[in-house]
Amino acid sequence: MVEPVISIENLFFSFEGVPILEDVSLTVEQGDFLAVLGPNGGGKSTLLKLLLGLIKPASGTIKVLGQAPGHAGGRIGYLPQHTHVSTSFPITVLEAVHMGTVRPGFRGIAGLARTSRETEKAREALERVNMLDHAKRGLAALSGGQKQRVFIARALVSDPELLLLDEPTASVDSASRSSLFSLLTELNEEMTVVMVSHDISSLVSGVKSVACVNRSLHFHEAPELTGEMLQLSYGGEGDNTCPVELVTHGTVPHRVLGLHTEDLQGDGQSGEDES
Amino acid sequence: MMEVLQFEFMQNALMAGLLASLICGIIGTLVVVNRIVFISGGIAHASYGGVGLAFYLGLPVLPVTTAFTVFAALIMASVTLRARERADTVIGVIWAAGMALGIILLDITPGYNVDLMSYLFGSILAVPRSDIWLMVGLAALVFVIIIAFYRGFLVMSFDEEFARSRGVPVDFLYFLLITMIGLSVVMVIRVVGLILVIALLTIPPFIAERYSRSLDTMMIVSTLLSAAFTVTGLALSYITDITSGAAIIAVASVCFFLSFLLPCKKNG
Repeated sequence: MVEPVISIENLFFSFEGVPILEDVSLTVEQGDFLAVLGPNGGGKSTLLKLLLGLIKPASGTIKVLGQAPGHAGGRIGYLPQHTHVSTSFPITVLEAVHMGTVRPGFRGIAGLARTSRETEKAREALERVNMLDHAKRGLAALSGGQKQRVFIARALVSDPELLLLDEPTASVDSASRSSLFSLLTELNEEMTVVMVSHDISSLVSGVKSVACVNRSLHFHEAPELTGEMLQLSYGGEGDNTCPVELVTHGTVPHRVLGLHTEDLQGDGQSGEDES
Repeated sequence: MMEVLQFEFMQNALMAGLLASLICGIIGTLVVVNRIVFISGGIAHASYGGVGLAFYLGLPVLPVTTAFTVFAALIMASVTLRARERADTVIGVIWAAGMALGIILLDITPGYNVDLMSYLFGSILAVPRSDIWLMVGLAALVFVIIIAFYRGFLVMSFDEEFARSRGVPVDFLYFLLITMIGLSVVMVIRVVGLILVIALLTIPPFIAERYSRSLDTMMIVSTLLSAAFTVTGLALSYITDITSGAAIIAVASVCFFLSFLLPCKKNG
């Protein structure tokens, strides 16, 4: 039996007395492409940070790639939220990708030189995201979409088995967004991908399963759109949740419904049945 | 003009200025890219408490000020890491408290009256040789630490969260950086004053960042700019007979504003 890439059991987390995540359990199998949807402040990024070991849970167990969080190092490729990186930092594209080769602990931070092997890996990673032509350019001069590709390359340079992406399409224009998604779908052939987003339009073709996070977590094995997802993304109550941008494009049927089987008392919120 | 270099005080001033430029060019670059200018200002001002303490206790100024400053710096660093939300407030309080403590201690020290201005703007023309040697030692130490952990500082400064996710000891690097800022501030303050320290830590790296494509280039460019400002300021001060520290800051500030007029070459 293949071990799950992520297994979370009965996870609780609170910040300054406010519960952020309650009784969350989640199993992500190898090769999955999981979209984690939810409103801002719903606990998606917190979940990601727990997986990375950046913060510790109040209770519950987390295992990532069979290890406790924070121990898998370069086996996890991580794309932080765009806003974390200073836009004026003096660095070339190739140097930025190089950062992904850093090793944990004190061995990783010592010294000046990098090996030619590491440079080769960085160039390969840039090639994979189609950014090798820009290797020598300053990072600050790139567009939002190009920067995200560079940061994905940084996550890829250590040959990860799991890719964790925090809002990969925020601050990216819609044209680069779809090419970013096809890149992720491509990468999903080789690794498990977990993508956090507050934007329902990230429910694209490549996505294989969906988890809705708003304090609690609901796992959907198929990426079908539910009323709850709409509500998480756009707010509003019950029937009022009807985002114009989805309806007018017509790609998603208006009445796609999927109730949470274990949570039927909440059905009044997820239904547009009467319409 | 050149004959002025025969005077020992001028040679010392020049050397002190160049060493301060080297220290501030390297440390200032890390201060600017890590966005910790405020905590650096806090460290510089709080160090005045150490000066007061040394005079009050009748102990040698340099060791006492160093210990006090590094202690204050580490408090600020741990507050920044633990309680990010209100870190700036706490730093502001320590900033003011340190200065007040220094002034009170100097007031109640019998028979001694230190000129506050000389600590604000320094007295670069009165630097003794012994201080030069201490600065050489500190510059060497900073140099060795930066080279030893260059990759770590680079990864941390660029993206702290990514660094943490990869198991880089970010907290260790942060405390190391703050300690180095504390040491640098103490060494440089006696020479150029705490206002000039902040100017040298921020202005040259800010200008350098716009024309650099790597952190090490930025450090080198900052050091060169800093040296140019210091030498020009000293010459200006000699010719016009104005306060040397203020002259150096004036030159740096004018260049700071002029740099906005120049095109930014970075976006190549």
